[in-house]
Amino acid sequence: MTRFLDRSLILHLAVIAALFAAQYLLPSYHHTNIARIMVLAVFAMGYNIAFGYTGLLSLGHALFFAAGLYATGLGVEQWGLPTGIALIGGLAAGGAVAVATGLLALRTGGVSFMIVTLMFAQAGYLTILYFGAVTRGDEGFVISTAARSLGGLVLSDSTTRYFMALALFAVAMLAKLALVRSPTGRVLVALRENEERSRMLGFDPFRYKLLALGISGLYAGAAGAAYAVLFGYVGATFASIQYSILPLLYVLLGGAGTVLGPFLGALVMFYLIDISSGYTTAHLAVVGLALLILVLFAPKGILGALRERGLKWLP
Amino acid sequence: MAAVTLLSARGLTRHFGGLRAVDGVDFDLESGRIHALIGPNGAGKTTFVSLLCGRIPVQSGSITFAGQDITRLPAHERVARGIAYTFQITSIYANLSVFDNVALPVQRRGSRTLAADTMAALDRVGLAGLAGQTAGTLAYGHQRLLEIAMGLALSPRLLILDEPTQGLALSEIDGFKALVRSVIPETTVLLIEHNMDVVMDLAETITVLNFGQTLASGSPAAIRANPAVQAAYLGGGHA
Amino acid sequence: MEFGPFLLLALMEGMVMSAVLALTAVGLSLVFGVMRVVNVAHGEFFMLGAVAAWFVTQAVPGHPALGFAAALLLAPLFVGAVAALADGLILKRLNYDPEATIVATIGLSYIFQQAALSFYGPDARPVLAPFDLRLQLPWFGYSGYKIAVVIAAALILIGIWLFMTRSRAGLVMRATQADRDTARAFGINVDRVFATVFALGAAMAAMGAVLIVPIQQAHYLMGHDPLLLSFIVVIIGGLGSLRGTLVAALLIGLSDGVISVFFSPTLAKILATLFVALVLVFRPQGLFGGQR
Repeated sequence: MTRFLDRSLILHLAVIAALFAAQYLLPSYHHTNIARIMVLAVFAMGYNIAFGYTGLLSLGHALFFAAGLYATGLGVEQWGLPTGIALIGGLAAGGAVAVATGLLALRTGGVSFMIVTLMFAQAGYLTILYFGAVTRGDEGFVISTAARSLGGLVLSDSTTRYFMALALFAVAMLAKLALVRSPTGRVLVALRENEERSRMLGFDPFRYKLLALGISGLYAGAAGAAYAVLFGYVGATFASIQYSILPLLYVLLGGAGTVLGPFLGALVMFYLIDISSGYTTAHLAVVGLALLILVLFAPKGILGALRERGLKWLP
Repeated sequence: MAAVTLLSARGLTRHFGGLRAVDGVDFDLESGRIHALIGPNGAGKTTFVSLLCGRIPVQSGSITFAGQDITRLPAHERVARGIAYTFQITSIYANLSVFDNVALPVQRRGSRTLAADTMAALDRVGLAGLAGQTAGTLAYGHQRLLEIAMGLALSPRLLILDEPTQGLALSEIDGFKALVRSVIPETTVLLIEHNMDVVMDLAETITVLNFGQTLASGSPAAIRANPAVQAAYLGGGHA
Repeated sequence: MEFGPFLLLALMEGMVMSAVLALTAVGLSLVFGVMRVVNVAHGEFFMLGAVAAWFVTQAVPGHPALGFAAALLLAPLFVGAVAALADGLILKRLNYDPEATIVATIGLSYIFQQAALSFYGPDARPVLAPFDLRLQLPWFGYSGYKIAVVIAAALILIGIWLFMTRSRAGLVMRATQADRDTARAFGINVDRVFATVFALGAAMAAMGAVLIVPIQQAHYLMGHDPLLLSFIVVIIGGLGSLRGTLVAALLIGLSDGVISVFFSPTLAKILATLFVALVLVFRPQGLFGGQR
């Protein structure tokens, strides 16, 4: 049994190593793409902790991503915070907003939970528009290059950006691997599989779901915060419903309840749109068709299907 | 040895619309014994134990467990205090491994040696050899055993078994009886059971429910001789 | 303008909003009530209705009223057919599993948006009102067409209500809503009922859109607000309760009109979304639930 677990650790370290090597092997056109994919994958990994592992289908994760994005963006740009502090603020904002949402939304379940999270995220999006004087609404604002540096590292530089995104990605993935292998991770899966049974084994469903949503929010907040300083733009689009659907799409595609699934989903989806844009401008249809095909024919996603066909050890 | 009351209920009531599923039941459970709860179908047995373990909220009445009032405690806190419930309809984690199914209750009771304790708990019911298998693929009898193993793995002070022998083969029932006897007296057992041979063989005390009310309570011999019980079971249902 | 007339204007605008919202939301509520499906593509059915109305009015020569009448008939039929197709091809295969259908209808909404963008384009285009009448009140002039919208919506809703309560098809739908399995046991073709209900729900959104399109132009992203507001109305009214939905549509439409006129449309929507989230959390049967 232990041998199997080691195998999965090696796999995940290999993915990180491959991404490290990719910076030197791939043409520079891909560097920005993959940096973006890694940051969005962190967002999706957080989504997966709530949806894939705990079974909480949220339609409001854009709110947590935006909380991190705006806390960090406004922090460095308008409140003059040091970048490091603003990044931690973004992380904390994501977690705090998720816990606050969870305290209310987790009183419901199933379809109601989806709609409540959707509504909170919508209210958040509209609030950003309403305070357009500060947030610049839909138009958004650019973060000055001066503010995009951390301890002497120039984050707007393509190579630095890549490695910062990789560092965040690696930490997020290994932390997630540790979580899903821990006893706490086992309880989260148990809640997804059979909530009533878990309750009668003495686990408080509300507490554990709140924990999962809070961690999920930390991931989303971290991704949003990193996005702000690495790519230098903050806008209301990131709080809209599309950015709640995006992690859901990545997770479904890669495989819900797998550690690597969100990254794989983000990678495949990004390049699917990138390549298809050579043939068609119908990006919306690509996303829509992907969702339909997944839900109809491959509800377990790429890694979920692999896990069913022999790779049972895949975490 | 003086009898110590582990759990007592007073005036316990739960109505569903016009149906009086449990209607003012007084009940005492002595520590370290096997207590059976019997009664015709629809007598309110499952509702009654659901009130005890907290799956269903109490409408009126009170429950005391180990000297403390637990009437308003949520189910998971009652489990923490030592009440374990095994489901009438097998409720295991079908998609998880047998090991994970039992590791959950073991980690809940705060074990420091999770893997070893989990294997020990599986060994106790003879499922150690199947630890790596997906629980949903087990034979039915094994799933029932796993369900019981999950309850036992909590090391509860009170184990509530809701029709545990339902669907078991005769050969499996003997093993089950030995298993239940082996947990006494550390764990008190409250057993809902239809199989009268099992009841008469295992139980030291029997309570009979009928139409949500206590019909009789006493030793197996006393219950067998009770005319009201005989009427309820044999008198054509409309007695 | 003084406060009184200003409030009257706000209420009249709110009535128009309520009327269209009621049509759209009753469609959503019907689908949820009978099929237990949360249709995220409902807003896109609304949008498709508006876009279809533009195409129909372009194709019909002569007086605007002629084209408009054709649109009022054809656009809902077209949208209903699209919905029935989506039900048969996708939702049915998912066995109407709640989470899977939500993901699927999200997918559908992207595809509908893309279809509108590809075939209709990114521009907002107007449809001419069937008649041009201006009512002169003592304080301000008001569009006669807007009042006609309220009346038309009320007539359609009465029609739907009669259909649901008096016709055999309506009885079959209500039986399916009450208990799907029993309905099937009594020989009701549940698959056909579901396809019909999904088509009818979508067609109602389309009717609302055709009525609104002379006031608000057709655009491929216009489905967003109707979806959100319909959700709000359906939830506040109590999921699946038609009467509650109507009352809630009136409440939300009027308060949205008033808050939008006196404060800001964005603030009105923020308050409405927060309100609905709290209703779901603390009163899941809706504000008017239980009187079904």
